[in-house]
Amino acid sequence: MIIYGVALLAICTLAGVILGDLLGALLGVQSNVGGVGIAMILLICARLWTHRSGGMSKECELGVGFWGAMYIPVVVAMAAQQNVVTALHGGPVALIAAVGSVLLCGVTIAAISRTNKGAPLPALESEIAPAAAPAVAPAGGR
Amino acid sequence: MWEMIEKGLAHNGLITAFALVGVVTWVSVLLSRHLTFGRVHSSAIAIVIGLILAWIGGTISGGQKGLADLALFSGVGLMGGAMLRDFAIVATAFEVQATEARKAGMIGAVSLLLGTVLPFIVGAAVAWAFGYRDAVSITTIGAGAVTYIVGPVTGAAIGASSDVVALSIATGLIKAILVMVFTPMSARFLGLDNPRSAMVFGGLAGTVSGVTAGLAATDRRLVPYGALTATFHTGLGCLMGPSILYFCVRGLVG
Repeated sequence: MIIYGVALLAICTLAGVILGDLLGALLGVQSNVGGVGIAMILLICARLWTHRSGGMSKECELGVGFWGAMYIPVVVAMAAQQNVVTALHGGPVALIAAVGSVLLCGVTIAAISRTNKGAPLPALESEIAPAAAPAVAPAGGR
Repeated sequence: MWEMIEKGLAHNGLITAFALVGVVTWVSVLLSRHLTFGRVHSSAIAIVIGLILAWIGGTISGGQKGLADLALFSGVGLMGGAMLRDFAIVATAFEVQATEARKAGMIGAVSLLLGTVLPFIVGAAVAWAFGYRDAVSITTIGAGAVTYIVGPVTGAAIGASSDVVALSIATGLIKAILVMVFTPMSARFLGLDNPRSAMVFGGLAGTVSGVTAGLAATDRRLVPYGALTATFHTGLGCLMGPSILYFCVRGLVG
């Protein structure tokens, strides 16, 4: 039954949102703390749990899969209702923040890919990375 | 006649929104194929069109909710609202195989953490440099530099204003487009030739559409590995953005 999948997704989302609100109240902030993240973890756990008892039916998975596939269209609708007019007055904040973080991440990926082991080592290199970033920056420039 | 059509569309707002987004997606698929020859993923183009429509709607109505302020397209507000958005994001976690996630191991976890914290620091620093001084705005823009999902989710959770949320989406969007376009060109510099580095890439580069599109254009076999860590990336960002990162920023700026 497709509705089982949709209901499972709904229950995980609601539980995550409520737990997030609860966590927010416990931490003393008037906000939801990581509700979506908690809901995602709950859904992964639910899937693992049902795997043990034979797994879900194809239709049940379809109920969740449909909404997963609707993710990009929903994001498009979300983009279409943003206050873009005001955001454009914010100036080049978005551009500079995006370019900066892509460069920093690119250098870090290269560093981790090359050293490939030892967790703390890449972290150290990435801290030096910002200074080195302009030199190696136009990675795509060749 | 037109009045009847208008009434029909306005009374079925959500259905109109589905149709509208479908048309936007179709147009962006065509643009992606014929204008950029598949280099820019159609979903990124669709989102850009969405932002342009929001700008048009906001200019016509003078309101704060973009296209959703026009009565004809009020359903866009429901479709792209927090309720369905969170619902759809949670659903994407279903595609993550926890057993495969373990293969990513320590390096995947480290890259995920770095991929959240490093862009956040850059975004927050830029926000500070451009005169934002309240913790909520700085956190939201910083979270936008993580992905264009983490930005609005964080902003909604801590109560950021709509223009700051739009700015954070724009940041995440530009980042996703940069990742898509420059990944194939910089694949050698990034060492992107094995599943392990693809997982590191997914964790650090973040945005799922950017990572999957970028990897698809580099080497199709790497896509699932990058997507695996990238899917966790959004969840981790949504978890850390309104909590730890917000508290850190609030501690710093008071």
